[in-house]
Amino acid sequence: MANYNTSEFKSGLKIMLDGDPYNIVENEFVKPGKGQAFNRVRVRNLKNGRTVEKTFKSGDTVEAADVHDTDMQYLYNDGEQWHFMDPASYEQMTADATVVGDAAKWIKDQDMCKVTLWNGLPLAVEAPNFVVLLITQTDPGLKGDTSGGGGKPATLETGAVVRVPLFVQSGELVRVDTRTGEYVSRAKE
Amino acid sequence: MSPSPDWPPSAALEAIRARAAMLARLRGFFAVAGVLEVETPIAARCAGSDPALDSLVTCWHGPGYPRGLPLYLQTSPEFPMKRLLAAGLGPIYQICKVFRDGERGRLHHPEFSLLEWYRPGCGYQALMDEVAALVRCVLERPDLPSERITYRGLFRERLGLDPWAAGVSALRARALAAGITGIESMELDRDGWLDLLLTHCLEPGLGVGRLTFLTDYPPSQAALARLRVDEVVVAERFELYLDGVELANGFQELTDVAAQAARFHADQDTRRRQGRVTLPLDESFLAALSAGMPESAGVALGLDRLLMAHLHVRHIDAVLAFPVERV
Repeated sequence: MANYNTSEFKSGLKIMLDGDPYNIVENEFVKPGKGQAFNRVRVRNLKNGRTVEKTFKSGDTVEAADVHDTDMQYLYNDGEQWHFMDPASYEQMTADATVVGDAAKWIKDQDMCKVTLWNGLPLAVEAPNFVVLLITQTDPGLKGDTSGGGGKPATLETGAVVRVPLFVQSGELVRVDTRTGEYVSRAKE
Repeated sequence: MSPSPDWPPSAALEAIRARAAMLARLRGFFAVAGVLEVETPIAARCAGSDPALDSLVTCWHGPGYPRGLPLYLQTSPEFPMKRLLAAGLGPIYQICKVFRDGERGRLHHPEFSLLEWYRPGCGYQALMDEVAALVRCVLERPDLPSERITYRGLFRERLGLDPWAAGVSALRARALAAGITGIESMELDRDGWLDLLLTHCLEPGLGVGRLTFLTDYPPSQAALARLRVDEVVVAERFELYLDGVELANGFQELTDVAAQAARFHADQDTRRRQGRVTLPLDESFLAALSAGMPESAGVALGLDRLLMAHLHVRHIDAVLAFPVERV
């Protein structure tokens, strides 16, 4: 397995620490003018999402994590596993609930997702930044309200609940920002 | 060919203008102070021996060197400037580019601007007064307070340990107790552990709203400073901090040729032990010391960081026209 020297550290680099894959969030080079240099890094554990700080002696090496992102199409959920397909090779992969995480709230068949692979196996799934979903249930709003002020909860076809303006009704399509979980606008098919 | 999106400068035009104004003010300061501006070579056949610094190297082809002579880009102009002192030039300063391999970060860039000056017949305590006056002048903050703290006093007061006495295991334990993570199996010598504690626990609190001179270093960190026997042996060296950032490093200069040669050899041994290249020693510098260099105090001040402090910016790229990623 390849190694990285601390001089190669930058945000986005994937490294192995204590058996887990990590992403470097921030790298600070710390060096007294006449002394030992250090790399003080903030790293995010790609398995559990937790961020920790670590100090390295500059010049030390650390094992590279075989982690990369790939675009895959979400096919279906069989009740336990989410199935994805590489659109180029047609190769299929499955991911469980811990891997899919929050993305499960937003994705539906055919959506293209960013799947992070570690040693060739799915580690995390990221929903598209924006998704268009059908409202399956929301209370009827007040007639004539177009301001959107206040809002009301609406359940989407994937089961996610978002706040929508009062004028938006069941059976309509809405565009949602998956990073914030917020309604953006009404949408056409 | 598509136009590169990186063609414009990284620094704001205002920062580039502020640099020009800073240089003008520095030259004005030294004109009044009676210090002479000099230039010495940036590329030389000898390199600094400091084990903490790595040189960039280039190659010159010319008479006598058909296959090329390696020339090292200076990490500091101190050796040639001391040759000028030995030649009897009196107080001198230089504003120049210096180069350090492997250094890059918020406060580091592989080439940066250094102001270095020497005062023959002056003590390092008096030189600190002049450094403070110069920084106040450049920052246009005449009332900026200044303080001096000894290295030993700082470690005793803030970390409860004596940096002259504490061993590696005590220093490691103190670093762990301070919450520094990832260091459980780190291999460092005593000075490395002191550097870890200094950079992680102490530096951020140095020079907050004032000029803090950290003085009198452990003899193992003397670099090119003279030693003095106090209660313990101290190196007559100082560093200046402002808002947690190291701005300058100064010495009561070592002028004894035998002691200097011994430090060169110790540096070479350290480099060999670390499996790094050993570089040719500057024999001309040693010859100048033999001929007699006047007792002097000298200091090197990082001008990019000084400009950062003036403009209140956090990243060195905000004061560089074209950082290394854009050249």
